[in-house]
Amino acid sequence: MNLLNQILQGILLGGFYALLACGLSFLFGVMRIINLAHGSLAVLAAYLLMSLINATNWPPFAGLILVLPVMALIGWALQFAVLNRSLRSGPLIPVLSTFGIAVILDNAMFQQYGANTVSLGPDIGDLAYNSWNLTSTLYIGQLDALIFATAVAALGGLQLCLTYTPIGRTIRATAEDPSVVELVGIDARKVYAMAAVISMIFAGLAGAFLGMRSSFAPYAGGPLLIFAFETVVIGGLGSLWGTLVGGIILGVAQNIGAAINPRGFLIAGHLVFLAILILRTFGGGSIFRALRRLGRPA
Amino acid sequence: MTILNVEALEAAHGLLKAVRGVSFSIAPGEVVALVGANGAGKTTLLRTIAGAHRAAAGAISFEARNITKLRAHQRVRLGIAMVPEGRRLFAGMSVEENLKVAGAHGRRGRWTIETVLEAFPQLKPKLKARAGELSGGQQQATAIGRALMTNPRLLLLDEVSLGLSPLAVDQVYASLRTLLDSGTTIILVEQDLTRALAVSSRVICMLEGAIVLAGRSDALGRAEITEAYFGLKRSATPS
Amino acid sequence: MSQMSAYRVERWTRQSAVFCALAACLLAVLALGPWIFTASITDHLTTLFIYVILAVMWNALAGYGGLISIGQQAFFGLGAYALIRLSSAGIPLYLAMLIGALLVGLLALPVGQLMLRLRGGEFAVGMWVLAELTHFLVNLDPMIQGETGTSLVALNAFAPAAARADTYWMGLLIMLALLVTVFMLLRGRVGASIQAIRDDEIAAASVGVNVGAGKRVMFILAALGTAAAGALWVTTSISFQPAAYFNIQWTAYMLFMALVGGLGTFEGPIIGAVLFFLIEAWFGATGVVYLIGLGGIALGFSIFVPRGIWGVVETRLGLRFLPVGYRLLALPGEK
Repeated sequence: MNLLNQILQGILLGGFYALLACGLSFLFGVMRIINLAHGSLAVLAAYLLMSLINATNWPPFAGLILVLPVMALIGWALQFAVLNRSLRSGPLIPVLSTFGIAVILDNAMFQQYGANTVSLGPDIGDLAYNSWNLTSTLYIGQLDALIFATAVAALGGLQLCLTYTPIGRTIRATAEDPSVVELVGIDARKVYAMAAVISMIFAGLAGAFLGMRSSFAPYAGGPLLIFAFETVVIGGLGSLWGTLVGGIILGVAQNIGAAINPRGFLIAGHLVFLAILILRTFGGGSIFRALRRLGRPA
Repeated sequence: MTILNVEALEAAHGLLKAVRGVSFSIAPGEVVALVGANGAGKTTLLRTIAGAHRAAAGAISFEARNITKLRAHQRVRLGIAMVPEGRRLFAGMSVEENLKVAGAHGRRGRWTIETVLEAFPQLKPKLKARAGELSGGQQQATAIGRALMTNPRLLLLDEVSLGLSPLAVDQVYASLRTLLDSGTTIILVEQDLTRALAVSSRVICMLEGAIVLAGRSDALGRAEITEAYFGLKRSATPS
Repeated sequence: MSQMSAYRVERWTRQSAVFCALAACLLAVLALGPWIFTASITDHLTTLFIYVILAVMWNALAGYGGLISIGQQAFFGLGAYALIRLSSAGIPLYLAMLIGALLVGLLALPVGQLMLRLRGGEFAVGMWVLAELTHFLVNLDPMIQGETGTSLVALNAFAPAAARADTYWMGLLIMLALLVTVFMLLRGRVGASIQAIRDDEIAAASVGVNVGAGKRVMFILAALGTAAAGALWVTTSISFQPAAYFNIQWTAYMLFMALVGGLGTFEGPIIGAVLFFLIEAWFGATGVVYLIGLGGIALGFSIFVPRGIWGVVETRLGLRFLPVGYRLLALPGEK
């Protein structure tokens, strides 16, 4: 196995993880909630897209025009019906409510779609396997490149928006102090709704790309949440650019692990996650502070 | 003509009644000092007027409009702004950003970043600095400036001298001079009785959630206020 | 200023005395279990005991330690695994159960050192990652053969009726021991500090409460208890397939029981376990719909009744059956 190529593929995989984790990271940054249903919601988006394609024969990217607004609506409903109320009872209750939502979603998708593993790969034609050969052993898949570019655009766009636009300032202020922010005329609930909507749109994108680059099944949400979470923690909770770095580190670790041992894929990721956790808690905080400053505006 | 009317207002922290049956009115342009010992309910009263705390009973009307059920950000749009106790700036954002974010959601009026900086010139060199890194006096100036950016008609100041050096307090009150002279209606909670009496036209003294004394600042004697402040019984024979 | 009345602090109330007497009677009946109940009922009760253990342990961590973990299945699986390993090494089955649980509790010491530095959602998911890692490591054991698993061979030495009875009593004993431990902890200094931590961590630390120690105690206890439950489970189901034990499903059950019953109360998880047991008995066979229902109920409670059934009962009726709190009484005759 060409190690260099494995690393390259790992970096590209990191782009997918970053896109997947983007919504989770953003929602946490604004509301301090870890949405345990994030993975399941991405899978839901993939299923919705699949249903749409099956019903209309539209190409997947066109289907996003309908699926993403649906995800946005789900985000708004999530915030309105669940997150707002559970926030009032303290910081731990949202963990329980989002877990409940994940359980409901996973099993409802199983009920609706059955246990089969499905994929949107067949619907995107050549894009699924075309690639650019850098050398005889190094290649970049076109879909992977698209996903990576989307991740960079998403994270970069979000970061720019937060740093330079009035709405970005409003969001940052609300994230800092939701009770005081109301004293300067900002409706914190509306800001939260916006954050949930944005988070879900990114989850939808991630789900769509998941379906295109590989496959999914009803209970795929759990592992996805773990990958997203590991990405966010490795990169530093609350830092958007850190999410990209975290995704790349996770992707590369997983691929190197797979190169060493066929079962090493998942475990390498978990080990790196734990290693970073140990590093962070027992020292090396400066590395993470530096990483964090990358992602923090001004 | 009143700008603010509070009637039989009650507010609680859980089971503890912090504000009991408070009623008073304020005319436009008045500067009212709200004094009282710690725990008397001053901050809770102020926060309830601002909308940061829910009223358990009673009514608040601002410019003849019942605002009791309105949320804080809605009251800001109507013209009520509060500078909370302890400043509560957005520490990770710069001074300029703190001001901008308030300016974007408040009302239009004479207060802009330029005019705020004129009133608080000590902030000019610190405009791009992170709010969390400022000194106490500079933070207080930023907090007041932030509230001003919403162009309020009623300004609520909660303990602006808290935790500041005497010099810093002087600076804050000097800057407040322009504000006070401009005719903005102000309610200020202030521990320092001397300063409170110096700047206000009226004083309200609270004890254990209720108003025990109210009147014009120049009409009430220090002894009277001190007695009310501490809840001491008046002696039967005048001393 | 008003005069301070004289007050008396009371721990036992008439309610709690009556209730404890009733509980003692119930216990006496339960102790006779295998002799007076049918085999089916005995089995069912054993399952109920395991559920109570899981609920009480998850509540100890979440309700009292303020730590929500969605990875407790790690300890559940480890307890079962430890039993398999220890019993196959020749240690008597029921002794191995206890030793295994203790070993897992010991393991929780260094694990806690690391994981307890995390907060909130980080801790929750971090524990899940740990569970996945543990699952993987157990798979590596040649005796377990990946996901194939193995069975509790040592159980063959017992006649079915004897095994059923012994497991029943073991379950009853462990459940009681854990309940008493939690009770004693709550009544003692650890308990007061833990409840302080639950209510306001920073305030608790500011009055000298050793926040870290309180959480560690709960973490280790929860690990130990959950491991014991896992060992009991494998004794009732005989087969050990890692995927069935290291499954997030168990967290869903524990969460349901503790949340619906009443987080942070003593009686809550017991009620939650009984409720869960009944729901599973009636609806478990409907498969996925049952799980959706569980999730829906948990969601509903987290939004509308976050204090759980017992939390509401406690507040509304002022009931408290077990004397874990303090009551302040004004002495009569004073103003």
